[in-house]
Amino acid sequence: MASFLFRTIQSHSFLLCPTTLLRRNNGAFYCSMKSTHTQTATQEKQQPPPKIKSSPQGNQAKTRTLDRISKEYEAIIGIETHVQLSTLTKAFCTCPYNYGAQPNTSVCPICMGLPGALPVVNSKVVEFAVKLGLALNCKLSFNSKFDRKQYFYPDLPKGYQISQFDIPIATGGYLDVDLPVEYGGGHRRFGITRVHMEEDAGKLLHADDGEYSQEITFPIIYALQVDLNRAGVPLLEIVSEPDMRTGLEAAEYAAELQRLVRYLGVSNGNMQEGSLRCDVNVSIRPVGQSKFGTKVEIKNLNSFSSINRAIDFEIARQALLYSQGKADQIVQETRLWEEGSQKTVTMRKKEGLADYRYFPEPDLPEVILNKEYVDSIQSSLPELPEMKRRRYEEMGLSMQDVLFLANDINVARFFDATIGKGADVKLAANWIMGDIAAHMKNEKLTINEIKLSAAELAELIASIKGATISGKIGKEILFELMAKGGTVNGIIKEKDLVQANPSEIEKMVDKVFSENPKQLEQYRGGKTKLQGFFAGQVMKISKGKANPGLLNKILLEKLNAKS
Amino acid sequence: MLSTLHHPPRRLSRFFPANNKPRHFHTKPVLSSSQPVTDQSPSSTSPPESQILSIHHSLLSREVTATQLAETYLSRLKLAEPQLKSFIHVSNNVLKEAQSIDDKIKRNENVGPLAGVLVGVKDNICTVDMPSTAGSRVLENYRPPFDATAVKKVKEFDGIVVGKTNLDEFGMGSTTESSSFQVTANPWDISRVPGGSSGGSAAAVSARQCVVSLGSDTGGSVRQPASFCGVVGLKPTYGRVSRYGLIAYASSLDVIGCFGSSVADTGILLSAISGHDRLDATSSKQEVPDFTSQLISAALLESKPLKGLKVGVIRETLENGVDSGVKSTVLGAVSHLEELGCTLSEVSLPSFSLGLPAYYILASSESSSNLSRYDGVRYGNQAAAEDLNALYGDSRAKGFGSEVKMRILMGTYALSAGYYDAYYKRAQQVRTLIQKSFKTALDENDILISPAAPSAAYKIGEKKNDPLAMYSGDIMTVNVNLAGLPALVLPCGFVEGGPVGLPVGLQMIGAAFDEGKLLKVGHIFEQTLQGCRFVPPLIADGIPQ
Repeated sequence: MASFLFRTIQSHSFLLCPTTLLRRNNGAFYCSMKSTHTQTATQEKQQPPPKIKSSPQGNQAKTRTLDRISKEYEAIIGIETHVQLSTLTKAFCTCPYNYGAQPNTSVCPICMGLPGALPVVNSKVVEFAVKLGLALNCKLSFNSKFDRKQYFYPDLPKGYQISQFDIPIATGGYLDVDLPVEYGGGHRRFGITRVHMEEDAGKLLHADDGEYSQEITFPIIYALQVDLNRAGVPLLEIVSEPDMRTGLEAAEYAAELQRLVRYLGVSNGNMQEGSLRCDVNVSIRPVGQSKFGTKVEIKNLNSFSSINRAIDFEIARQALLYSQGKADQIVQETRLWEEGSQKTVTMRKKEGLADYRYFPEPDLPEVILNKEYVDSIQSSLPELPEMKRRRYEEMGLSMQDVLFLANDINVARFFDATIGKGADVKLAANWIMGDIAAHMKNEKLTINEIKLSAAELAELIASIKGATISGKIGKEILFELMAKGGTVNGIIKEKDLVQANPSEIEKMVDKVFSENPKQLEQYRGGKTKLQGFFAGQVMKISKGKANPGLLNKILLEKLNAKS
Repeated sequence: MLSTLHHPPRRLSRFFPANNKPRHFHTKPVLSSSQPVTDQSPSSTSPPESQILSIHHSLLSREVTATQLAETYLSRLKLAEPQLKSFIHVSNNVLKEAQSIDDKIKRNENVGPLAGVLVGVKDNICTVDMPSTAGSRVLENYRPPFDATAVKKVKEFDGIVVGKTNLDEFGMGSTTESSSFQVTANPWDISRVPGGSSGGSAAAVSARQCVVSLGSDTGGSVRQPASFCGVVGLKPTYGRVSRYGLIAYASSLDVIGCFGSSVADTGILLSAISGHDRLDATSSKQEVPDFTSQLISAALLESKPLKGLKVGVIRETLENGVDSGVKSTVLGAVSHLEELGCTLSEVSLPSFSLGLPAYYILASSESSSNLSRYDGVRYGNQAAAEDLNALYGDSRAKGFGSEVKMRILMGTYALSAGYYDAYYKRAQQVRTLIQKSFKTALDENDILISPAAPSAAYKIGEKKNDPLAMYSGDIMTVNVNLAGLPALVLPCGFVEGGPVGLPVGLQMIGAAFDEGKLLKVGHIFEQTLQGCRFVPPLIADGIPQ
């Protein structure tokens, strides 16, 4: 039975059989071979970055335990991140990659590892690596190379992964992170050990449930299938120094990395699609001890909050073992974060060090960078999140505002464009963080999808500041602009919303007085409560265009003048 | 006096009726032959002519049709095949393709320089409409969805791929005995090996089963069988010809090379397949000259046509371990070069003997990696298995032959943690040394010469159980691959053996991308070598033995 099932690895992937491929994809296949492999545009598909969710209060008892433990033990956390690059084509062939495409529809002899096929480097991959290396303040290797990392797995078509081993393209950098204000805030600098280029593997599909799986479990009780769409997609692996001490720091590091790749436009950074994958190494040691404890790797971290929670769980688990004198039960292993039960469980124990038999990839020439090339990339780098935050801070915005605005590159761009049109910094921030953010949240839209432009927001802010319209009317206009678009002036004109000037108000007050002599007499007789009545009447005939403050001022003057 | 004739084959008269009469320089311009090529019988000692030019001329002058030519070659192929077994697969489309060339000619359309030329292709080079097995069970019945770039170019020049030739499995071997499918025989003596790994391609050209053929050369796999089979074999500079579609053995050493019955033919074929290829990052952007434009027809040769050419004889290649007959034949060739006006000197490559171990470490290491993809998951033969490791283990155990397994094991060992520095890294250092010593020698000399192999063709089975003896036969050629240089092997005489004697090949090594010079010198050498005609008995008799 098992052997029959095993045949299905092949029989399904017979789709991959070259002759079949040829028959099915004749035209497309050869087209893709002919198109140039150095394409410049990148795929634009980004979702706004989620804020890290974690209840600061949480489970009281658990928090107390953690608090106690955190005083006795110190956690050492390092992160390996794989970022899938948003190049138009794969790393070594001309196949495009689209997440969620039908299995084995984006493959060619090269990424399928057919006999005789050879890789050719997509120059965009090198460019993106240099970009990220520079953005992470790394030292670049002007002469680096590719190496083969060898192991057998059905999702690895060549039996080796093209990667970089002893000479990664970038080394020795750092990443600056501002921790959220609600968790006490603070600035951290985390070291970056290295950044290197490599290719992704395919995916295994368990035929019965249609779910992708990381692991094959034996004996096989259901058929396995291989989808090679993802095989050969370019990745950058970013290895951090073991500088993080808490789950929150680790999650913020990952979030900052996501922000960075999105600012740079090198990846969409979507964790759900696997465009940004974090594997975390956690060990703990008693405070004051210099020797590191046994480290445990955690996988299956699909969000920043799961990074946070998984690490905190793991620290607590290890600390408990330590405190019970069972430190020897902390073994070097890979653990899986289970979202449902909110715990880490053993996935596989390390059976000694794997020998990947790295050696230089003979099919690819060395990667040679020259100064001009690096300089041109350096000078084309956009303002990065850290620089943006420091700039916003200098503008006088609170850290809360700074973090909110710089979190999403598109929001930051919108904000920058708004103040670029001369809008007041604090007012612009308030509008964006208040009504605009609420609208985006309610309607599930990104800032690029709402119809309000930065120029109109600036105009709106100016109109209120210049007292052309009231703040109340401003709010109405804002919602209209966000939903339907148009211009501030257009809406003001169309709906005749210009705020009444003082002489107009005076006239209205006079009119109300003349229409209500009785009440005026009563007021002047001492029934000052009637001020509200007059204000209401004036507001009514002004159709809301009277500025309430101004109105009351004029009204009071007039009410008291003849007394 | 030419010492090439010091060891005349015993039955030389059978080939060379005019043997005893020394001939002087030839009167017929070689490159404008109008003689139809359908007659292959070696009736004289006239120097080898370019079959390709001859075919081209005959087709355009309507003396013969491509179909007639193809039929002649096919019938000879079929006649010789039961004994030679040069081919793993013969194309069904040869006559159809010949017909379409005839149609083109009829319509007065231009045809390519390889029109009507039947080209044999080593079975480790991918062809879209034929199996491409690399001589391995693991790829039995595998048909690639694309043509190798070299094959594509041959087709673009109107060449006809006649079939896929036999080889040592994945190119690993020096005898063609480690093919999973059949053992190819040497046309000069069918009890002997044709050499390897491109033994099928060499035997097929030698027996005129096709006009020219493509082989691959990782450590001598074109040059040694060319020597054994008495044909011209050219290993181009690494990067000159695209490797795209060449089923990899050792990527940093593999080169696609050419076989022909004349230097001119290998040059024409090389011109066709050379050049940068976007699909091979290691292919060179170096300009491709017309390799045949420098070939001077024999009639126009001066008495000392190679005057001033500095030729270095590699001392280490004529020392111990070289068959005495081979040695004296090569020394005869050296005197011939001297007569042609060359300035000879002896050069020493001190690192020469290190080449063999370095080659076997590097080639095995790369092959252990290159052959990882044959896991039975996506293509090729898959074993029925209970679990994943068994699937890999059994598919590979059943798919690969013993020589391949041995090299995978050696390579895996050499790359393993703790051994890498002692083996792979050290071998790379040796490689750098060898490159430097060749550079020095070629700064002082135009070409270097050596035997192509330490012996002539040996018996089938003779070295099968002694891999070290077989490996040591590669001593003449592996250094050139490590240095990435071009080398031309051409027959220069005979030693005793077999029914009529066995051919001996001379290796000329040039500077990188200097194939033009090798071809020019080789052509003059070939045109002026007297009394030798390298057509094997199988063909001379017209009847397979």
